[in-house]
Parts: sequence; structure tokens; C-alpha cells
Amino acid sequence: MRHVISILVDNEAGVLSRVAGLFSGRGFNIESLSVAPTLNPEKSKMVITTTGNNEVIEQIIKQLNKLINVIKVVDYKGKEFVEREMILVKVSAKEGSRAEILRIVDIFRAKVVDVSPKSYTLELTGDRDKLEGFIDLLTPMGIVDFVRTGAVVIEREQKKRRRL
Amino acid sequence: MTKIKGAEAFVEALRREGVRHIFGYPGGAVLDIFDVIMDVKDIGFILSRHEQGAVHAADGYARSSGKVGVCLVTSGPGATNTVTGIATANMDSIPIVVFTGQVPTHLIGNDAFQEADVVGITRPCTKHNYLVKDVADLPRIIKEAFYIAKTGRPGPVLVDLPKDVMNATVKFQYPESISLQGYKPVYKGHTGQIKKLVDLVLRSKQPVIYAGGGVIHSDASDELRRFAHLTRIPVTTTLMGLGAFPSDDPLSLGMLGMHGTYRANMAVTYTDCLIAIGARFDDRVTGKIDEFAPKAKIVHVDIDPTSISKNVKVDIPVVGDCKLVLKDIIKAFEKRQDEIKILTKRLDVWHERIEEWENKYPLRYNKGDKIKPEYVVEMIDKLTPEDTIVSTEVGQNQMWAAQFYKFRMPRLFLTSGGLGTMGYGFPAAIGAQVAFPRRTVVDIAGDGSIQMNIQELATAVQYGLPVKVMILNNGYLGMVRQWQGLFYKKRYAHTSLAVSPDFVKLADAYGANGILVENPADVEDAIKEALKIKGPVLVDFHVEPEEDVYPMVPAGAPVSKMLLV
Ligand SMILES: Cc1ncc(C[n+]2csc(CCOP(=O)(O)OP(=O)(O)O)c2C)c(N)n1
Ligand SMILES: [Mg+2]
Repeated sequence: MRHVISILVDNEAGVLSRVAGLFSGRGFNIESLSVAPTLNPEKSKMVITTTGNNEVIEQIIKQLNKLINVIKVVDYKGKEFVEREMILVKVSAKEGSRAEILRIVDIFRAKVVDVSPKSYTLELTGDRDKLEGFIDLLTPMGIVDFVRTGAVVIEREQKKRRRL
Repeated sequence: MTKIKGAEAFVEALRREGVRHIFGYPGGAVLDIFDVIMDVKDIGFILSRHEQGAVHAADGYARSSGKVGVCLVTSGPGATNTVTGIATANMDSIPIVVFTGQVPTHLIGNDAFQEADVVGITRPCTKHNYLVKDVADLPRIIKEAFYIAKTGRPGPVLVDLPKDVMNATVKFQYPESISLQGYKPVYKGHTGQIKKLVDLVLRSKQPVIYAGGGVIHSDASDELRRFAHLTRIPVTTTLMGLGAFPSDDPLSLGMLGMHGTYRANMAVTYTDCLIAIGARFDDRVTGKIDEFAPKAKIVHVDIDPTSISKNVKVDIPVVGDCKLVLKDIIKAFEKRQDEIKILTKRLDVWHERIEEWENKYPLRYNKGDKIKPEYVVEMIDKLTPEDTIVSTEVGQNQMWAAQFYKFRMPRLFLTSGGLGTMGYGFPAAIGAQVAFPRRTVVDIAGDGSIQMNIQELATAVQYGLPVKVMILNNGYLGMVRQWQGLFYKKRYAHTSLAVSPDFVKLADAYGANGILVENPADVEDAIKEALKIKGPVLVDFHVEPEEDVYPMVPAGAPVSKMLLV
């Protein structure tokens, strides 16, 4: 089961390796990771996606909480949240495929950020499904290089349900 | 306010923490600190002969006294030599603070002379660690280091001190309070959970208390005894919990686990209500996990949430300090006297069953012509004062000490339980002797383990620390040989210690005393003599070479399937 976990930490040297070491030292895999300072420059927010059964995740969260530099851990399982990730893809663009690529860009509301006679570099933001759909369609064109940022998430504001 | 050097601030901070002793070893990166320490009168310095010895000594000091042990070593090799000691303390939750020298900040990362990334190396085996980059942070970091080491689930903290930081000057101001947003241990147990626990226990028919080292760390032995006596529930302890409950108490089942007593292992197998307190369901305790306490509802009191439901699914978790939670448990029980009466009456049947187990297979050993190691331990138990501190090495010696020495009080048994570090016992005994100069301190040793830190004999002699080392010399790495005998068709691959020193001459060479004992009839007198000698003594007992430790639960087997003598 995939889990998205956000971790508020002290923005200090070595904190990332404490968190990463906790995963690797117990044989847990980090699927994606993003880190950046918060509005308070002394704190950083990490978002980690990982997989494991409930016991594994429970243990990971307890272990994270045990780190002195970890202030807050949130597991988004069962929560309503917005997830976004960005990719940059360099796709080979030959005479016959340039138009098709641009059509895909249009459909996905992606952006062309660099153009050369042989390739397009594209930028797309979205949730995981969207990014994967995009990659699937581009793969036959020949992907030269691509890079993902890893997911970032934010909890949705609780909306009051109107009673019918 | 006048400015002082980092090295002086370091000493002043230790003073504020009430430190009385430092165990350590000098070197280039810590010259400035040593230069200051030389003139300090109120903090004693004990020069070990190996940095591993210094950390184990700080650990033994902490285990026996309950205070934070302190260690100071140089950078690079000095620091890496502490790693085994730090990992040992980490596994057993022992509060120590290890200060390591470091190359000057501008050289960090340059592969400078005697540089090692000690913060990186020790990250997984400390509770927390620090690199001090600015002398202004030094007082705060030292305060935090001691606080983190001794609070919550205790553990080792390392502080890396670059040489230039120790030379920089600072207006010394020791912080009054601590603010660590990410560290707030929970001490008080949840009232609702405690109520559930009490309800469950009152309904139980065959309850057992399984107490671990956490009871000792939180000084909860009195509360544990009151709880057990109030409810008449039998108590088994882990290796780390020995002494948490008096082993001569009628409710004591002795130790459980791989080399536990028959009755303790049978009791946890048949219990319907297992009350774990400050214990962590280690594999050496549970054996085959699916068959551990299979019929039981499990209650678990522990200060560390990560210990709960880690190995065994727990029905009623209570996160909190053992002492506070036990106090609350006792209070809750005291309100239910009528139900307690019914419970204690109902437990008659359970106690009878336990007694049958005990009568069937008590702890025992066969007599022989050679000295039996079990007998040596029994005699040490008989001849030493009640407040004797006993450390052990690792292997058969450790298990015989656990089985045949009767621990009646907490903080008297020092052993490397979690990491199983050979070479731990002797320096740990030295540390305990520093904490308690007038008490008897004994290291029950093996002929293999003692050679791992034998150099500390010089430390014991230099500081007049009269530690008694009782070597159960079987000529083997005995515990490994035992496994080879049982599970590897008696193929004793490299476990014979064909060459060992003459321990009597060795003691003599160090300026200590040595006694050789070869006959069972001389055991008692030799121990008496060793106890009488004012200085450190090595007693070399030539024991039955192929004696095995029983009972034994083979690794991975259920604890009810014990091999017996
Ligand atoms: C540092 C270290 N190395 C290896 C081991 C593995 N080991 C466990 S017990 C043991 C034998 C110990 O021999 P000895 O000290 O003579 O004790 P005995 O079992 O004979 O009483 C060994 C090698 C260990 N626990 N620690
Ligand atoms: Mg031996």
C-alpha cells in the first residue's frame, strides 16, 4: 500500500540523513522524497512516499517521531489531500512526431520549455496518474531523459457537507 | 561578563551537569580540553588504556549509579574506537554522553589527519548526536545532550568538538531551560488504558508479569514489587531486568527466554494475561514469535512507543514511564479490593501449576570432578555482600551469572544484553567501582572475553580500583562451542582457545594479583582470599571445559521446547 507522509523537521545539516537512515537501516524503501524550507526558515518540510503494510508504516511513523529533529509527522492515508508532482521530459522530436507531441502537450496542458531540432523538453505538473498517463503516451516517441520532483501534498480544507 | 575559551566552557558545562568523573583518552584534537582538565579538582579523570574501555566504564558507571556516564576521547581513531561501546549502550538504553575531538572546522571534509565523520558513523547507534560548529552553541548543546541522554528512554548521545571551537572564546551562559520541539517524552500513562489493563488483569486466571530493563531505568522496582504482592501475580524478568524484582521473592519465576528457567518459560507459554513492563519482546526472550504467549492477552507498558507492537501485537498498550504508570496501576487496583481478593484466591491453581513446573525442572547442574562454573557463581553469590555489583562478559559466563547469582536489588547487574559485547564486563566493573569505591565489584568473565579489554588492568591498578575478575576459564569460546556441539555436529571450528596467557603471571605483570584455582575444594577459599585483597584481582578458575548452559531454547524454537540437563 502506498503512503504519503509529510515530516516537519529542523532545517539543519544531517537531518535528511537521519530520516533517510531510518528508512534504509530498517530495510524500508523511499519511493520519492522532496524537501524544502517552510515559511519559517528554521524548519523544513519533507514529503516522502513509501509502500508497506499498516504495521510497517506504523513503525516508520513511530521511529520518525522518535528522532529529536522531527517535529511533526502526518500520514495522509485516509485523509483528503491534494497531491502534485512535476516532471521535465526530453522527448525526441522527429519530422513525423513533432505535431503529435504538441497535441499531447495540449491535451495534458503541459508546457514546452525547450526546443531543439531533434527534441522537445516538456514540463508537466499533476498527480501521479496524470504524470504516468503522459509518460505512457510519450514513450513511443522516444524519451531521451526525464526527471521527477517527487510528490508534494497538502491537506484539503474540510468542506461542510450540505445536508439534503 | 568575561569571555572564556571553549575548552573552559566545556568543563564549566560539565560542572553544571553535576559531572564528577570523566573516562577518556587524550589526543591531538582534544589537547586544549586536556590542558584545562589538568587543573580541575572537582571532576576526576580516569585514563583508560583503550577508548572502548573508557566508554564501557562510563556505561558501567551509569548503570550502577543511575547517573549519566561521561567519556572524552580524541578525533579519528579515538572516536571510532568508541563505536562498540556506544552501540552497546544504545541497545541497552544506557545514559552516557561521549565527547569526541574533531579536526578544526575549516578542515572538516578534507580527509585531514585523524579526521573521521563520527557524527555520520554514530548516527544509527546513538539516541542523538551533535557537531558543534560555533562555540556560542556549546553550552546549549551540552545541556541538551545530558537531557536527551537521561530522559525518556535513556541512551547515548555523542557531541563532536572541533579543535578550533574549543579554542574560540565565548561569554559563558548556561541555559536555564530546554526547548526541543521534536522531543517530548510521555511519562504519564493514559488513564483509560490503565483502567482497561486493570479490568483485564482482574478477569485473568493465569497472569504473568514480564519485567525488563525499563523497570530498572525508571527506578520502579519498589512499585513493581508492590504491584506483584498486591495482586499475587508471579514475575519473570529479562536478562536486563534481573534485580528489578528480588529473585528470592516467592513470586519470582527467575529469568525467561533462551536460557531462562523452565517455570518462567512455561508460565509465559500458558499465561492468559501477559503484563510486559519496560521490556521489548527481544527474540532471545520470545523464541519463535508465533508461539510466544499464544493464549494471552498482552498488556505492554513502555516509555518508547516504537517498542510497542513492534514484534508482538499488543492488546493494551500504555505509553509512559514504568514508575509513574505502575503507581497509577497500584492506585487503580487499591480501589478494587473485593475483586483483588477473588483474583488472589483464584491464582492458587496457577501457583500450584508453576510449582509443579519448578519441582519438575529446577535450575540444576551435574556435579563432576572438575570445577563446575555454575558452582563458582553460586559460591560468589554466597560469599559476596548483598550490595555487590556484578558485571559479566558475554557467553556462557554471562548466562551462568544470570542463572546462579541471585540478584535481589536493582542496579547490581551490569551486562551487555542487547549487543552482547565481549569485553564489556571488565571496564564496566571499573566504571562501577569508580561510582562506588567502597562496594565489592565483581566481573564474572570468560577466558575469551576478558582478553578483549584486559589492558584495563592497568587502569584498575593505577586508580586503585579493587575489581575482582573471576574468570570461568573453560579453554573455549564456550557459548559458540556449545552451539557447534548442539547444531553443527560437534565441529568446533576455531573456538578452542589453544593459547591463552598465564593469567596469574599476567596479573602480576600489571601489578595486580592473580590466583589460580584448579580444584573444586579450593573454590571457596580462593573467592574469600580475592575478596580480602585490597587491590584488583584476577582469579583464574579452570572449569569443566565442555560444560553447557541449560535450559536452552534453540534459536527459532518456541520457548516451551527447552533442552534440559
Ligand atoms: C565482540 C564479540 N565478538 C564475538 C562475539 C560472539 N561470541 C559470543 S559468546 C562468544 C564466546 C565467549 O567466550 P568466553 O569469553 O570464553 O566465554 P564462555 O562462553 O566460554 O563463558 C563469542 C565469540 C561476541 N559476542 N562479541
Ligand atoms: Mg571461555
